[in-house]
Amino acid sequence: MATRKLADIAKTIRSKNAGVDKITFDVIFADSATYAQVRDSGVLSREAVCRLFGIDAARISDHVAFDPALAIKFTIYRQRPSGSPGDADIFGAQQYGPLLDLEVPA
Amino acid sequence: MPISIQHGRSANHTLRIVCPNGHLGFAPIKPGSFRIGCASEPDLICADSGSCDVGPVPLGSDTSSSPLQWQTDDLETMLLAARRLGVPMIVGSAGDTGTNSRVDLFVGIIRELAAKHALPKFRIGYFYSEVGKDALRRRLETGDTVAGLDGRAPLDLATLDATDRIVAVAGVHPYIKLLDQGADVIIGGRSSDCALFAAPAVRQGFPEGLAYFYGKILECASFCAEPYGAKESVLGEITMDDVKITAMLPEQRCTIASVAGHSMYERANPFYEYFLGGHLDMSRCHYEQYDERTVRVTGPSYVPSAELRVKLEGSGKLGERYVGIVGVRDPYTIANIDLVTGWARQQVTERFGNSGYELHFAVYGRDAILGASEPLRATAGHELAVVVQGVAPTKEMAEEVAMIATRQMFYARLPQVKGTAGGVAFLLDEVMPASPAYRWTLNHTMRLDEPLELFPTFLTEAGL
Repeated sequence: MATRKLADIAKTIRSKNAGVDKITFDVIFADSATYAQVRDSGVLSREAVCRLFGIDAARISDHVAFDPALAIKFTIYRQRPSGSPGDADIFGAQQYGPLLDLEVPA
Repeated sequence: MPISIQHGRSANHTLRIVCPNGHLGFAPIKPGSFRIGCASEPDLICADSGSCDVGPVPLGSDTSSSPLQWQTDDLETMLLAARRLGVPMIVGSAGDTGTNSRVDLFVGIIRELAAKHALPKFRIGYFYSEVGKDALRRRLETGDTVAGLDGRAPLDLATLDATDRIVAVAGVHPYIKLLDQGADVIIGGRSSDCALFAAPAVRQGFPEGLAYFYGKILECASFCAEPYGAKESVLGEITMDDVKITAMLPEQRCTIASVAGHSMYERANPFYEYFLGGHLDMSRCHYEQYDERTVRVTGPSYVPSAELRVKLEGSGKLGERYVGIVGVRDPYTIANIDLVTGWARQQVTERFGNSGYELHFAVYGRDAILGASEPLRATAGHELAVVVQGVAPTKEMAEEVAMIATRQMFYARLPQVKGTAGGVAFLLDEVMPASPAYRWTLNHTMRLDEPLELFPTFLTEAGL
């Protein structure tokens, strides 16, 4: 089956702290057709996110499709609070990397 | 399409705010779009200056992550415009953390700027947000629960003892009180980002749902516009019926996508925003393109909370910290990097035992940023950098922990390594002092009887 990479069809893919104990991920699309297609494909479902990041479902605090922004948004608990020794991403700003190469069915 | 709100108010009863910077002092205000904003009849000039994004070090050590010169420059830009236009200026969460010392710092800068520019006399209002550990201890001892947020356990005495400094996050209340008292410039302690923008709107009787949304969408300045470009000004206008937000930089626009996208920025859930006194419900927001660079929003609602609960942020020191950096090029060593760091850790253990310090290795080129979540950790790059952090009670010990771990990677014993003259490349044959290590000890909420309880306000004067 033909696939496209999420990075090629999403307008914005980002991660950022949501408070000191969580990191939130936003995947935003430029048009509603692509948004609906990705949303309905399941490639960004809770289960798919858990597989991609190798985390338990309990690490996901929120997972929503946010129609007004054509966005799929999910939030994970950090393993240690931001900026504690051993945390190498104080702003949580580079955690989205694995999303870029995600294969989306065409 | 209506003419831009830049050129005229869209209703009889409106309030306009220009926000020039989403984090005052952290990176400088861009002056061009701010000048356009100031020419668009603002009723106030407001900016937030704080964030817990900067990590626990500034709060714990009572310092700023922003350089003093940048803080001064941004305050000067805002103050001169506000005094020239004769409109109030509000800055929230002074100096990154909103501690008392940061509020005093900003009040002092405002005074110095007033003297430097011989500004006519004006009133400065300010408030504090710090919470004493003793006050919290008494609460815990009387059985009051300080509840944890985001899965944290309720606060216990051990965690409180391990905390150096605590701030409470204010709502609109101290800002409204200081505006009522006639403050021309307000320097706020720690407060919700949206509160300093919502306060003047709530005070003038605009619907609270719209007022808090107004704050939410203004607080990061041009982050709600596109194309991406930070530190540019935006203009917000609130009426009894809607909120409008306009990009001030000619190259930027506020679009439905950019404004709706920003409304969910850096929050776990896009529909709700919590602050002292209640929360904002954005689930029924309607976004429309009002003019080329303006978005109009209707439908947000305010839900007052049954019980007043204030958010507390606390930071506690873990120890002094030193950092070392090494590089690796040998593919065999790269494939066995865990054995190398394991060897180094073992040498530290032989010197200091297993506890009483922290030692962390961040392996750049493999999984430093994502850790165990890195899907590509099995395919490391052809070069690695390993950053070593040693944390210990004294500087001497932290330096030695970091030094042992850094230098012993050079001597790591890998059975089949070809290069027997040294296992890693040193960028510097030394370890470097870093800021002491802190951790976020409090991300909690506490019951209040009265919303101003923790936020004493003060008035003073500056200028000639």
